[in-house]
Amino acid sequence: MNNFIEVQHADMVFSTRKGRFHALRDINLTVAKGEFVTLIGHSGCGKSTLLNLIAGLTTPTEGTLLCDNREIAAPGPERAVVFQNHSLLPWLTCIENVQLAVERVFGAKESKAQLVARAKAALALVGMDHALTKRPHEISGGMKQRVGIARALAMEPKVLLLDEPFGALDALTRAHLQDELLKIVARTQSTTVMVTHDVDEAVLLSDRIVMMTNGPAATIGEILTVELERPRNRVELAEDSRYVHCRKEVLDFLYTRHGRIDKQAA
Amino acid sequence: MVSAVFHSPTQAMLDAKSAVKPVGAAPAEAKPVPPAAPAPSLKPPYDWPALGMKVFPPLIGIALLIGIWALLTMKSTTFPTPAATFAEAVKVFSDPFYSKGPNDQGIGWNILFSLERVALGFGMAALVGIPLGFMIGRFEVLSRMVSPLISLLRPVSPLAWLPIGLLVFKAANPAAIWTIFICSIWPMIINTAVGVQRVPADYLNVARVLNLSEWKVFTKILFPAVLPYMLTGVRLSVSTAWLVIVAAEMLTGGVGIGFWVWDEWNNLNVQHILIAIFVIGVVGLLLEQLLVSVAKRFTYDEV
Repeated sequence: MNNFIEVQHADMVFSTRKGRFHALRDINLTVAKGEFVTLIGHSGCGKSTLLNLIAGLTTPTEGTLLCDNREIAAPGPERAVVFQNHSLLPWLTCIENVQLAVERVFGAKESKAQLVARAKAALALVGMDHALTKRPHEISGGMKQRVGIARALAMEPKVLLLDEPFGALDALTRAHLQDELLKIVARTQSTTVMVTHDVDEAVLLSDRIVMMTNGPAATIGEILTVELERPRNRVELAEDSRYVHCRKEVLDFLYTRHGRIDKQAA
Repeated sequence: MVSAVFHSPTQAMLDAKSAVKPVGAAPAEAKPVPPAAPAPSLKPPYDWPALGMKVFPPLIGIALLIGIWALLTMKSTTFPTPAATFAEAVKVFSDPFYSKGPNDQGIGWNILFSLERVALGFGMAALVGIPLGFMIGRFEVLSRMVSPLISLLRPVSPLAWLPIGLLVFKAANPAAIWTIFICSIWPMIINTAVGVQRVPADYLNVARVLNLSEWKVFTKILFPAVLPYMLTGVRLSVSTAWLVIVAAEMLTGGVGIGFWVWDEWNNLNVQHILIAIFVIGVVGLLLEQLLVSVAKRFTYDEV
């Protein structure tokens, strides 16, 4: 129960044209059921690589990953991914995009009408039920990302994996979607792992913040537990001393102790 | 003759992109209505200058061509003037579907016979080339196996294939169709394969996370993503086929626009040759436009 996702001594080495690139070194991480964990670090530190490992999109060179006591060998609908650039299929409407996910998971057991109802419910959850028949190019970036989240949620995944889901959005839209995500996660009680480079986002959303050292051969530097009760309100938290403290901790890690090293040696 | 084969499909995508405007952007572009304006006219004034810009320059271009042609042929006895050619064209097109024996048929029949050959050769090329392109794009081994062969065979002039066709099929008509087939297959193979290789990795990751069946991956992701590339290939193939048919028919004979040109050369009927050139151009243009409009219909914005 306490360790729903387990990452044990995971190493990731990529073979590139320029030789081997050691991306991740000795990652050990456990995530409890219902927990919200963010991975934060400078770009290139392998946080997305770690998320892809948990998703099963790549397999580690060394070490094992477990989800619900089963080894993660391939991607699967129980670990839904919200991609950085939403990855909606442009030739399908919003509801068709969601239905594609729903059909695969529930298609064998449920009637067509039930599947449509599920897709609609997922889109309603993210407030996109007004644009069911729109195609992705007809809606804004924030809306696309919502549909991407709806697609992930519609599968009723055990784990929700988010890869910088709000990175490409403007600050206001981002804040709005963060609040939505908080509500959705509170409602669905899903275990969530999210990659971000936004300190406020990490503190606001997470139960624990996993801070990663700089690559190559990045690993987990520190894990900070955010002891703020839920539901959280961004306006009230802004002056909360515990919030400010957490924020300071993360900033301190990222900029003082593990500041971005520009390649002087290389 | 097939130098345009490896034409990048990006231009087609660009064309399509400019055509499909995001609907959501419309309100931002709406102009504020001045409050003091009288009852607003419902229709915006028609943009006459833009229409003029569209219509007049092409007309001037055509007029210029005909003018130069008329000037140059004023004193010529061998080369027909525009007026004489036009008079002849009216005669030719007034009875396009007569048939007086195998070597003397109306221009309508000639065009239709040529189009039939193109349709057969091109159709078979599509049936073989598109699936082959999908397989080459999907399996790297196959791609590495076939790409040297394609690079070797693609630049070969269409007419070099004709003797092989004559040898194998022992008849002129299948040989012409074979030539069309072999020349129009390359753009479809190459563009389809490139399209498959360029399917965004994100879409395939989506397929993996959703754990879609192979059939769903093909119908919902691979096929729609490749379609614009494939249609570019088809478009290039049709143009190539139409280029090749004229040359092939000159050599093989039979009823067809290419043979007609050659026959009229033997009759020294230059007016007919000029008419044929014009007709070949127009038919080629129409084929191209038809496929461009199909391609636009099936091209989606990358979002």
